[in-house]
Amino acid sequence: MKPTDLFELALFLVLLTALTPPLGAYLHRLFRDTEPVGGPAGAALERFFYRFSEVRPGQGMNWRQYAGALMVFNLLGVLVVFLFQLWQHALPLNPAGLPAVSWHSALNTAVSFVTNTNWQGYAGETTMSHLTQMMALTVQNFVSAATGLAVAVVVARGIARKNTRDLGNFWVDLVRGVLFLLLPASVILGLVLVGEGVVQNFSAATAATTLEGVTQTIPLGPAASQIAIKMLGTNGGGFFNANAAHPFENPTPLSNFLQMLAIFVIPAALTSMYGRMTGSRRHGWVIFGVMAFLFAAFTFLSLWSESVVNPLFGTGSLMEGKETRFGVFNSILFSIVTTAASCGAVNAMHASLSPLSGGLALLNMQLGEVIFGGVGAGLYGMFLFILLTVFLAGLMVGRTPEYLGKKIEAAEMRWVILAIVAPSAMILLGTAISVLTPAGLSSLANGGPHGLSEILYAFTSAAANNGSAFAGLNANTVYYNLMLAAAMFVGRFAVILPVLAIAGGLAAKKQSPSSAGSFEVDTGLFAVLLTGVILIVGGLTFFPVMSLGPIVEHFLLLRGQSF
Amino acid sequence: MNDLNAIRDSFRKLHPAVQWRNPVMFVTCLGAVLSSASVAVDVAQGRSWGFDLQISLWLWFTVLFANFAEALAEGRGKAQAESLKRARTSTQARRLQGREETRVGAGELRPGDLVVCESGDLIPGDGEVVEGIASVDESAITGESAPVIRESGGDRSAVTGGTKVLSDRIVVRITAGPGHSFLDRMIALVEGAQRQKTPNELALSVVLSGLTIVFILAVGTLKAFADYSAAAAGQDLSGLITVPVLVALLVCLIPTTIGGLLSAIGISGMDRLIRRNVIATSGRAVEAAGDIDVLLLDKTGTITLGNRMATEFLPAPGVQAAELAEAAQLASLADETAEGRSIVILAKERFGLRASQLQPQRARFVPFTAQTRMSGVDLLNEGGETRRAVRKGAGDAVQNWLRERQVSLPREVQQSLEEVARKGGTPLVVAEDARVLGVIALKDVVKGGIKERFAELRRMGIRTVMITGDNPLTAAAIAAEAGVDDFMAQATPEMKLARIREEQAAGRLVAMTGDGTNDAPALAQADVGVAMNSGTQAAREAGNMVDLDSNPTKLIEIVEIGKQLLMTRGSLTTFSVANDVAKYFAILPALFGGLYAFSGGEAGPLSALNIMGLHSPRSAILSAVIFNALIITALIPLALRGVKYRAVGASAILRRNLLIYGLGGLVSPFVGIKLIDVIVAALGLA
Repeated sequence: MKPTDLFELALFLVLLTALTPPLGAYLHRLFRDTEPVGGPAGAALERFFYRFSEVRPGQGMNWRQYAGALMVFNLLGVLVVFLFQLWQHALPLNPAGLPAVSWHSALNTAVSFVTNTNWQGYAGETTMSHLTQMMALTVQNFVSAATGLAVAVVVARGIARKNTRDLGNFWVDLVRGVLFLLLPASVILGLVLVGEGVVQNFSAATAATTLEGVTQTIPLGPAASQIAIKMLGTNGGGFFNANAAHPFENPTPLSNFLQMLAIFVIPAALTSMYGRMTGSRRHGWVIFGVMAFLFAAFTFLSLWSESVVNPLFGTGSLMEGKETRFGVFNSILFSIVTTAASCGAVNAMHASLSPLSGGLALLNMQLGEVIFGGVGAGLYGMFLFILLTVFLAGLMVGRTPEYLGKKIEAAEMRWVILAIVAPSAMILLGTAISVLTPAGLSSLANGGPHGLSEILYAFTSAAANNGSAFAGLNANTVYYNLMLAAAMFVGRFAVILPVLAIAGGLAAKKQSPSSAGSFEVDTGLFAVLLTGVILIVGGLTFFPVMSLGPIVEHFLLLRGQSF
Repeated sequence: MNDLNAIRDSFRKLHPAVQWRNPVMFVTCLGAVLSSASVAVDVAQGRSWGFDLQISLWLWFTVLFANFAEALAEGRGKAQAESLKRARTSTQARRLQGREETRVGAGELRPGDLVVCESGDLIPGDGEVVEGIASVDESAITGESAPVIRESGGDRSAVTGGTKVLSDRIVVRITAGPGHSFLDRMIALVEGAQRQKTPNELALSVVLSGLTIVFILAVGTLKAFADYSAAAAGQDLSGLITVPVLVALLVCLIPTTIGGLLSAIGISGMDRLIRRNVIATSGRAVEAAGDIDVLLLDKTGTITLGNRMATEFLPAPGVQAAELAEAAQLASLADETAEGRSIVILAKERFGLRASQLQPQRARFVPFTAQTRMSGVDLLNEGGETRRAVRKGAGDAVQNWLRERQVSLPREVQQSLEEVARKGGTPLVVAEDARVLGVIALKDVVKGGIKERFAELRRMGIRTVMITGDNPLTAAAIAAEAGVDDFMAQATPEMKLARIREEQAAGRLVAMTGDGTNDAPALAQADVGVAMNSGTQAAREAGNMVDLDSNPTKLIEIVEIGKQLLMTRGSLTTFSVANDVAKYFAILPALFGGLYAFSGGEAGPLSALNIMGLHSPRSAILSAVIFNALIITALIPLALRGVKYRAVGASAILRRNLLIYGLGGLVSPFVGIKLIDVIVAALGLA
């Protein structure tokens, strides 16, 4: 690790920390109540949307109503994205004349973008028309992120409010998230990225003749507008197949740095908003601290693993599959950032990482993507772990477990368990079924433990709504498109619905004042405990399969064996 | 004897209907059945079955050990239940109908019936004394041999079925039907028959079931991954990855330690209460006791000793303190109240004054009356005339008496009076003839050690509120001395109820004690209401606990027991989960140590995970299973006794328990499994 690498990591963390409080304060103001924000013009714009769609912004929803609105909106989203792909050959803005997408790939992609996963079983530039990219995929990049944001806000309200069923209005939260956060932030970032050289036009591919005299097809299109939200919304779905490794998506070291920062900035700020809304800003910082610690620890572990001398070559830090322009460090950092957050954009092929670095990327996702995590999803995922920690540790201090004055009882724990078990079950069962069936095995490019990692990665990425791919697995088959679509759907909504139910239950409870006997969640001790619970629960669930994948591969590599 | 019964019960509890109530142990039980079936198949097909049999046996032991823990916890209450039952069975009742008396069995009595009890009779059922007064031996339920007084009207009217009238005659109106008496409830409680899962136990069961599901998934899918890996490596692992081995892995991982001890912890928590002579009507109340934020405590009897005591002599100007003391003692000699006695004692202690030898014919005692509010003595000369007239009494009363002698209270004495009152005491003025001698300060004496007790409670985050009928000035002074956080002066039962509602509305849980009928609404409203056994039936029905010793300070112990119960559950859960790390390091390298070993005889890459250096794959698996079973028996004493409790803040408790049960749970199985492995290898078991 060079000093400049260390400097970059430090700068990254310092900037992230510095941006968190102001953005957190802004989010707090945005979602605290339904008072107008964004000046008279903003308020008028907001009112227009409500009048247009007959939303009464002051009308609160209980958790069932909130969940109902959210599900209807998301299921309609799946349908719209699905139909856009099936009919794209007949729709405008298709300069390359691309044909309709196969039904199973279209379904997979629709679920993928609605669930904020952005798993791409296809190559963007040769599959999706400009219209599909913009009207279906980019729209979902915004609203799926706003959905996650809304759920996180509801969690904070569940803690902050008492003796009420009112959790806020889904439509208001959705509109505000898009209108006053994601849209303006994307415009700014998009413009900066265009300045760095990211393409933004409506052209079809251009043909160029290379120095060798070969004709090269260079695909173009409205990339910058999609890239900005793909990072800010932790979506990760690239405009081009190579994603952030493509020079038109990620042209310079600065754009690379800004993109990584953009992935983390909203999830990090949500910890601050959460602290403000729940009245315990220190608790918000404790959550931030746990996330930052795990992030730094995983980065260093991954870097160490990457630098282990590969006996096949007699050297470490191999460049194959890495981002050659920015170096191994930026490839590793990006891999950790993108899997810690639920982004899934990549600037290197994760199959080319050293076994343990790939394993860490896997572990990041298996932990439920709570290390900053997806927009909203990271916070509400962390919320589940916090409840689990509070429950175990709360009993140890001799009281009914309490979280910020709310009693945690059987009803809450039932939902917590469901939300933690459901994605894990999709990962383990999906992988197990795939390694036992010809349909699952036929897509593999590599054998041995590496093959297991490829399948495990696909299901992990889907169930955790990450969307990054390990490469090496041909996932654009009927089998994988359907299996992964199911994993993505369950991984998203079998977490969101329980979280909403918990928030609804907590909001209805009374709030007990804290005393010397209550369990504190704003201390270093709690941070250590929370870290321990995250690692132990995630570790215990996945250690067996990881030992047969990345871990055994690591030991085999040390013996000079590769797959 | 108790242990033998417990062993017998351990087998009896293998019944599926019993196991079903505990998901973790149910899975273990199923695993044992599955593993045993696989041994049977081994035998039928002529394969070697010794190893699988050992695993199966240890799985059965795991289930039995858990049953044993529960049976042992239940057994402790059973002996007590037996003696209670004896009190219940043979009772005959004398039922009154009009003036007629008929003999009926106690079981035939219905609420509303009137029964007569005379000396030597067992009281046939719970009820209220409606006529008469009697001394009653309640040792059958309280264990306290000194008889207590029960009388109609007032706060001592409740009697309990099964207790014995020692003297006099009372008429009792029965209030509980057969099967619902206090004794019946108590028997059911100590036997654990009515045991339902408490809210926290329920929540913990949910988490434990969740963990079990996670591990069923992890182990279930592991078979698929193992098959894939074996095929990829071109090896055959089917000899090692068998049904018994996978079941063994599963049972090691699911939280059997806490799952097996969970109900024993709950039962023994109730048992601890019973042994302190507190009867809780539900486990829910015991748990709530651990969550209490506010204690409402009656001043008298809880915070202060029952009576005021003389604490100081404040002489008037020009009077010797000893002179005042002598006169005060003289005036109190015939005063048989505790206050009077305390004055005599104080004078003796301070000035070595012995009560002077008064000849009865030379003295005329003046008793305290409501009119004069004074008491004292007139010493007579031989002619029977008053030689010395000594009086003590409230300031205004003595002043009236002095006014007849054209004397008024000196200013200094006035000041002393005010001073004493301001400090929460009660001043008495002593006068002799026309001379004012000074003031005696009487004070409520705060119980020794109670201040420290309240400080402990404060560290635990519990606020104490003193309830008293005193005026605010006195109440404030005593509150300050006792170190309570708040007080309610001139409190009425309605105010108590309102205060409880107010605290609850602010999200706090409130506990209180009470004995009178007018306490009943507050007792019912409180989250934990402890009724004194000496109190009225209404109070005992309203509270969710009854203290047989009628000791209001016991509330503090009840809170501690509640906290200890929750702490024990949390600590053992943490321990159980932390154990899993070591078990993975024992079993996974055992299963996959040979995987991808390309040259024969070479250890596979995953043998690097065998950090304990266990003897062989089979000994590693067996050792992990044995450890998992033995740890349950090792922790039974802890489960029954409860985790050690200290009155410190939440963070300190957490840090301590985390260190012992979290870190200990992480490290101890590494040591334990290694030790067992050495023994298993030495004995050649695997």
